[in-house]
Formats: sequence, structure tokens, C-alpha cells
Amino acid sequence: MEDKDKKIVSLHLKLMPYLEKYGILLLLVIMILVMHILQPDVFLSWRNVTNVFKQISWQSMLALGVFMVIVTAGIDLSVGSIMMLSLMILAVVAKAGAPWYIVVITPLIAGFLCGLFNGLGITLLRMPHPFIMTLGTLYIFRGTGNLISGGTPISGFTDEVRYLGHGRIDLQWLGLEKSQYLPVSLVLIAIVYIIFWIFLNHSKTGKWIYAIGGNPNAARASGINVNKILVIVYSLCGFLSGIGALILAGRTDSGYPNAGLQSELDAIAACIIGGASFFGGRGTVLGVFAGVMIMGILRNGLNLMDVSSFWQQVLIGSIIVLAVYIDVLRRDLGTRK
Amino acid sequence: MSSTINPLLEAKGITKYFGTITALENVNLKVHAGECLGVVGDNGAGKSTLMKVLSGLYKPSAGSLFFQGKEEILESPRDSQNLGLEMVYQDLALAGNLPIGENIFLGREPTKDLGFIKLLDFNKIKELTNAHLDKLKINVKSADQKVEELSGGQRQAVAIARSTAFNAKVVIMDEPTAALAIKEVGKVLDLINSLKKTGVGVIVISHRMDDIFTVCDRVMALFQGTNFAEANLSNTSRDEVIGWIMGKK
Repeated sequence: MEDKDKKIVSLHLKLMPYLEKYGILLLLVIMILVMHILQPDVFLSWRNVTNVFKQISWQSMLALGVFMVIVTAGIDLSVGSIMMLSLMILAVVAKAGAPWYIVVITPLIAGFLCGLFNGLGITLLRMPHPFIMTLGTLYIFRGTGNLISGGTPISGFTDEVRYLGHGRIDLQWLGLEKSQYLPVSLVLIAIVYIIFWIFLNHSKTGKWIYAIGGNPNAARASGINVNKILVIVYSLCGFLSGIGALILAGRTDSGYPNAGLQSELDAIAACIIGGASFFGGRGTVLGVFAGVMIMGILRNGLNLMDVSSFWQQVLIGSIIVLAVYIDVLRRDLGTRK
Repeated sequence: MSSTINPLLEAKGITKYFGTITALENVNLKVHAGECLGVVGDNGAGKSTLMKVLSGLYKPSAGSLFFQGKEEILESPRDSQNLGLEMVYQDLALAGNLPIGENIFLGREPTKDLGFIKLLDFNKIKELTNAHLDKLKINVKSADQKVEELSGGQRQAVAIARSTAFNAKVVIMDEPTAALAIKEVGKVLDLINSLKKTGVGVIVISHRMDDIFTVCDRVMALFQGTNFAEANLSNTSRDEVIGWIMGKK
């Protein structure tokens, strides 16, 4: 009897690291299977799959930025507003007749500067928590976006500006049909996620970001300039929101006042579903991607089945609570108290 | 250990104010190679503040530090680490979410240069960690184990290993046995003794007379932020040292 228990415990210890790393992917695969069974003709069709990726394209940028912030045990509530402000600046610059390469780079710079503003505010003004600074800038950035645009939508961008959000990579040379193209935004997601995966897992700065989340005092005592790293993290988060703005500009062909409204909450939800811990130091880039996908597939699948969007809210909320409860259970088993 | 040899580390006239509060006033301290200095004092006597000054975390309001006879100004913990002055903090200063090896090399990670980008060299971290833990006879399952999975004694051992991984000359330990189970205390004290044998100067801050009288060669007492008393271990007794802590000579 005791031997049997020991075996279960040791098996459990062996499985733990894999579950911790890939458990969320398991959930994603199960969801895909369920959706496929429920909607066998549509769900896994080329058209629908590319649709899902197009829908999650800008959210995935916001989620990745917020994820880095959450790893440092911080929070960024302003990403939706950063994206909206960057989008509005892009629209205004485009309407002023600037060449496309200027238009394309403006949201990236604007997003970066907004993030820098957050980072400097949190560190220099010694805000008691990033929640407060970014709650403030949630209003400041959206207000500024409406001020510069007059609170009205501005639409009509050139094809170059719309390329990242709207572009298609033709696959006819592979013998596929014309409708079976690859969205440029999908390739962009892949590239950005791989770059940030390398950055967070294989660079010194990335390791320090995790160390700050694990124990900021340890990081400080190791000679790491914690404030500098935090400023970098919030700036990168803003930069990613700027990329989100560029994608959204391509998708919608307009800058509009409600862009990114409440999308900071979606971004946070994707991180939490993906296994990031609010206490910092925990979570993976792969997990965030899975979190974004789970939310995207859930919305897409429920739309396909004509389920009311009110039910979508209920379900997404339930998944957040469930995912975190599973995380709590897992940590109870995995950590020494 | 006679005081005629130049001390490895010497602090002269260290004073530290926090606003209107005087945490340290004109405090002197020295430690020689291969020597263990015990620092005792009641809560609030200024022990931790003094250690933070020595490690570069606080800048002193007045006074100077000499390392191997040369005056040094420490702007950050990185400066003191570069000199070979290492600190083991009471709260251990380890990141529980990172593996043992990455904790030991935190802030000083070995990298491999790919020409356009420098990436962490995980194999080297593991290799150096195993070699270093072997040298100190510290047993853990694997260098990849996360620190949060370790016992208190193992964590303390990792913290000490971390402080000595880069040719430390002086190691300062703040309450090294405070959070440990009795059977783990002995292991940590053994570790301190073996550090001394390698010529490292050790400063131990402790409340436990057992620790002081097991590993230290000399003991000094702080009282209300000032030097109160000091003696070689052979010339004093537990009762006398306890008296110093309470401000009685």
C-alpha cells in the first residue's frame, strides 16, 4: 500500500514539470477538438482558422506586453489606451499626407514613448503600485487620443500602411487555391513571439525580469538595476501596443475612438489563463500564446454556433477562475511550504 | 590574526543618518583574512545598517571604507562584489522561481557570444554550479532544482555558495542560522569554518551565542549605533557578550 503511494508520488513529481510547461497546451488542444466536433465543417476550415489568427492578431501583441509586466509582478492597465493613442497618431499623420514609412513607424514610437512614460512614472514618482500609474495613463492616453483626433474616426490608409494587418501571403505556388492564403499578421505574431521568447529565456535582461518577479530584493542585492529593467519592460509593453495599433489600422482601415476599449482586460485574462502568476516570476511566452488562442477560439467557436456574446462573457470569466484554481492546486502540490 | 597585519576590510568612523534618525555613529570595524568576526547587538543596534553600508546598498553619511589598505567608495552592491566583498542576506536574497544555478550566477551570468547577440550559456552555468557546490560539499539533487523547492538549510547553503562563487575575499552573513532547523545549523557552521580555511574573511551577525562561539575568532558589540565593546573570543565569555548586547559592561 505504501509502495503504491510512493510510486504515485514519484510519477506525479516526474509529470509535474511537463504539466507546468505544457498543461495549458493540452487545454488548447482539447478545446480545438471539442470545437471541431461541434462544428466539423467550418471550424478547422482554412478560412476560419486564418480568421481566428486575424482576430487575435492585435490582442496577442497587447497580451505579450502585459505578460512581461506581470512577470515583474506589475500590471499595465493602459495598453488598450496606448494602442488607441498610437492608432490615432498614425491616422492623423497619415491624413496629413506623410509617406507610408513614416506612418508605419509613428505608432511604434508613440507606443514606446507611452510605455516609457509609464515606466518612468512608476520608478521616478515611486508610485506605490503600477496599477495606479497605469490606471492614470489609461485615462490620460485615451483622452489625448480623442484630443488629437477630435473624437471622430479617421479612415482610409494606403496599402503599405495596412500591410501588416491586412496583407496576404499568396500560397498558390504551393499548389493551393487563391483563397488559401497566409495572413501577414499570422507571420508577424510568430516572429514577434519567437523574438520575445528568446529575449525572455535566453538573455540576461530576460532572466533579470523573471528574477525581479521572483524576489526584487534578490535582484537588487545581485547588483541588478531593478528600476532600469522595469522602465525597459514598460517601454517594450508600450512598443508592443504600438505594433497592435499598426495591425489594427490595417484590419479596420481606420482610427476610431473606441479602439482597444477594455482590451487591457482581455490581455490580462489571456496571461492569467496562460499560467502567468500575478505574484510575478512565473509564466511562459508559450502559455500567453495559448491563453490568447483559447480566448480567440472560444469567441470564434461560440460565434459559429450563434451563441450570444453575453454567454461568451460568462464563459471567459469562468475559464479565468478555473484556470487560476487549477494553478493554485498545482502549486500546492509542487511547492514546499 | 594579530592586528599588526593589515586588515582585509576596515571601516572607519562610519555614520549613517536616515532623516533625523542616527542609525550608526562613528563605527569602526575590521576583519582579517581567514578570520571570523562576530557582530552582536540588540534589535535596532545598527547591525544590519552597518552590513548594508559594507555591501554598498547604503551610502554612509560619513566615514570611509578601506579594502586591502585602499580606500573605496561603494556606489552599489555591484561595486562591492567587484572588490570581492559578498553579502549573505537574512532574507536570503534568492529568487525562489529560479533554479539554483541561475540564482548563484544572478546578475553575473556567463554568456556565449553569437556575434550579433549574447545569449545565456546554460551549460556553463550548470557546469560551474556543480563544480562549486562540490567544492563546498553542498548536496542538492540537481543544479536545475528551483530554490523554492529547497529546505531552509539548503537555501542558506545556496546563498553562501552564491556569495563565494566569484573569488570572494570577505563574506558578510546576516543571521546565517536564524531560520534553520537544529540539524541544519551545524552544516552551515561547518561551511563557515571551511570558508575561513580558504583564507576568506567572514563577518557573522548573529543573536545566537552558539554560532558566535563556534565559528568566530573575535566578537564586537554594537549598542545604539555605536561601538560598545570588542574582544577576542578567548578573552571573553557568553555571559559577558550577552551583557554587552544589553548595554552592560
